[in-house]
Amino acid sequence: MSFELSQIGLVHANGQRALRAITLSVTGGERIAIIGPSGAGKTSLLRILATSIRPSEGRVSVLQSNPWQLSGHELKRLRARIGVVHQFPPIPPRQRAITAVLAGRLGQWPWWKSALSLIYPADIAGPREQLARLDLADRLFERCDRLSGGQLQRIGVARVLYQRPDLLLADEPVSAMDPALADLTVNQLHSEAATRGVTLVASLHAVDVALRWFPRVIGLRAGEIVFDLPAVKVSDGVLRDLYASETGILPTQDNQPLTVLPAEEAAVNGLKVVVPPRVI
Amino acid sequence: MMSALPSALPPTAPLRDPAALSRAGWTLAALLVLWPLLHIAQFRPGDLFDARNLKVMGNFVGQFFPPNTSPEFLGFAFKATLETLAMATAGIALAMLLAVPLGLALSHSLSISRIGPGPGRGLGEVIRAATRFVLLVLRGIPEIVWALLLVRAFGLGPAAGVLAVAVTYGGMLGKVYSEILESGDTRPARALLESGSGRLMAFFYGLLPGSAQELASYTVYRWECAVRASVIMGFVGAGGLGQLMDQSMKMLNGGEVSSILIIFLLLVLLADAISVAIRRLLA
Repeated sequence: MSFELSQIGLVHANGQRALRAITLSVTGGERIAIIGPSGAGKTSLLRILATSIRPSEGRVSVLQSNPWQLSGHELKRLRARIGVVHQFPPIPPRQRAITAVLAGRLGQWPWWKSALSLIYPADIAGPREQLARLDLADRLFERCDRLSGGQLQRIGVARVLYQRPDLLLADEPVSAMDPALADLTVNQLHSEAATRGVTLVASLHAVDVALRWFPRVIGLRAGEIVFDLPAVKVSDGVLRDLYASETGILPTQDNQPLTVLPAEEAAVNGLKVVVPPRVI
Repeated sequence: MMSALPSALPPTAPLRDPAALSRAGWTLAALLVLWPLLHIAQFRPGDLFDARNLKVMGNFVGQFFPPNTSPEFLGFAFKATLETLAMATAGIALAMLLAVPLGLALSHSLSISRIGPGPGRGLGEVIRAATRFVLLVLRGIPEIVWALLLVRAFGLGPAAGVLAVAVTYGGMLGKVYSEILESGDTRPARALLESGSGRLMAFFYGLLPGSAQELASYTVYRWECAVRASVIMGFVGAGGLGQLMDQSMKMLNGGEVSSILIIFLLLVLLADAISVAIRRLLA
C-alpha cells in the first residue's frame, strides 16, 4: 500500500474548506493523475500526501505509517522517502543546477557529506545523468536564474529523480513546458516510477496529458472526488461536468481542442484522446 | 492553486477598495501618536535658526579649523586607526560567532516542527522564545554598560571594549539575521525540510543563496558601527581613535578632533566600498 486516505477533510486557517471526505487507497506502482478546475484542492491533496500539512479530519497513512504519530526523527526519515515536484520550483535563483539537483539527497546524506558538497560537488555523474534524461545535461553548471521557466521546472523534476523516492508526487510538473517537453518529462517520471515500482501521483491542468499517460484518473472539484476511473472509462460527459464552472473548454497542454473517444472506440485503437491537426 | 473554493468567495467583489478606510485610519493614528511625542522631546526646530544659537554653534565649529596635519599627530592617528580597525574587526568576528547560531535558532523559516504542525512544536517555541530573550538582553543593554561591567573583569584595555562590542552587536546581528532569513523567499528551505533535510543544510542549500548579499551588507554595516563605537572603547582605556579623541576633547584641541572626524569619514567610506564589493561578488 503506497498510501491510504480515509475521510480526509482540510480546513485552512482562514476557515476556507479545501478538502471534504476524501477516501482513497493506492497500491504500490500505480500511476494516477488528479485533474480538476483551479481551486479544486489538487495541491492541498498532494500536500497532505507529502506530509507537509496535517489534515483537519480523517486518517492518513503514507508508506505504511501514520506521519502524524511518528517521532520527529521518524517523520524526517519518512519525508526523505517522499519526492515532490513543485509547480513553481523552490530553487534559489543564485544556485547552480548541479547544487539544486544534489539537494534532492539532503535527507539521505549525513550532514558532513552535504556540507562538503558545498565546497566541491559530492556527485557529478548522478545529477548529469538525471539532467540528461530531461535534455538538460549541458546546463549542469549553469546558474538557475539563467534558465527559462520550463527549464527550471525540469531541474525540479531532476532533483526528485535524483532523490529516488518511494513515493513520487508531482504538482503541475509540466505547467511551464511546451507539449513536446511536457511529454518528455512525463515520460521520464513514468519510466522512473515503472522501473522502481513506486507510485506516481501527478496533478495536471492539461486533460490530454492526463488521459494519454495515466492509467487512473481522479477528478476533483470543490474539494471532493467527483470520479475515480481508469483512463479508458473517462468520457467526454464526465469531463465537461468536471469543468462545468469554467469556460466550457477542456484545458489542454497545447490549448488545442480535445476530442475524447468513447470507451469502446478507445479500446479498439488503443488511443484515448485525439488531437485534431494544428491549424496554422 | 491555494484551494480557494469558489463557493466560499462573495458573489461579487465591491467596486470600492475595501482596504482604503483602514489605511486612512492607521495613517491618522500614527500622526496622533507622533504629535505628543514631538512635544515630549521638546522638538522646536525654530531654535536652530535663532541668531544667538547660530553664533554659539559657529564658534564651536570654528574651533575645528584648520584640522591638525602635523606629521607627529598624524603618526599617532595612524597607529590609533590601525588599533581601531583591529578592535572593530575582532569585535564583529566574535559577534558573528554569537549571532549565527542564535539567528538560525530564532528563524521560523527553518522550523521543522512548524510543518504540519508536527511533533516537537512546543519545545521549538520554547527554544525560540528563550533565544529571543537572550538576544534582547544582549542588545538591550548599551555597549557602554557592558564595557563598564567587563572592564572590572579584564581591567582597562582593548579586551573589555572588544567583548562589549561582541556582546551588543551579537544581539543585534542575531535579531537581524533571523529577520533577513524570514523576509526572503523561504520556499526553497521549506521544500528541503519537507523532503527530510536537516535545519542547517536547509539553511545552506535553501536560504543562504538568496540572502547572502543581505546578510553580508548588514554585517559590514555593523562593522562600520563598531568602528564608530571605538569612541566608547576609548572611554574604557582601550586605545584607538576613541582614546585619542577623548584626549583631544579634554584638551579642547579642535584641530585634532576634526582630523579624527575626517579619519572616521574615510573609514565609513571604506566600509561602504567593502560592502559594494561584497555585494558585487555575491551577485
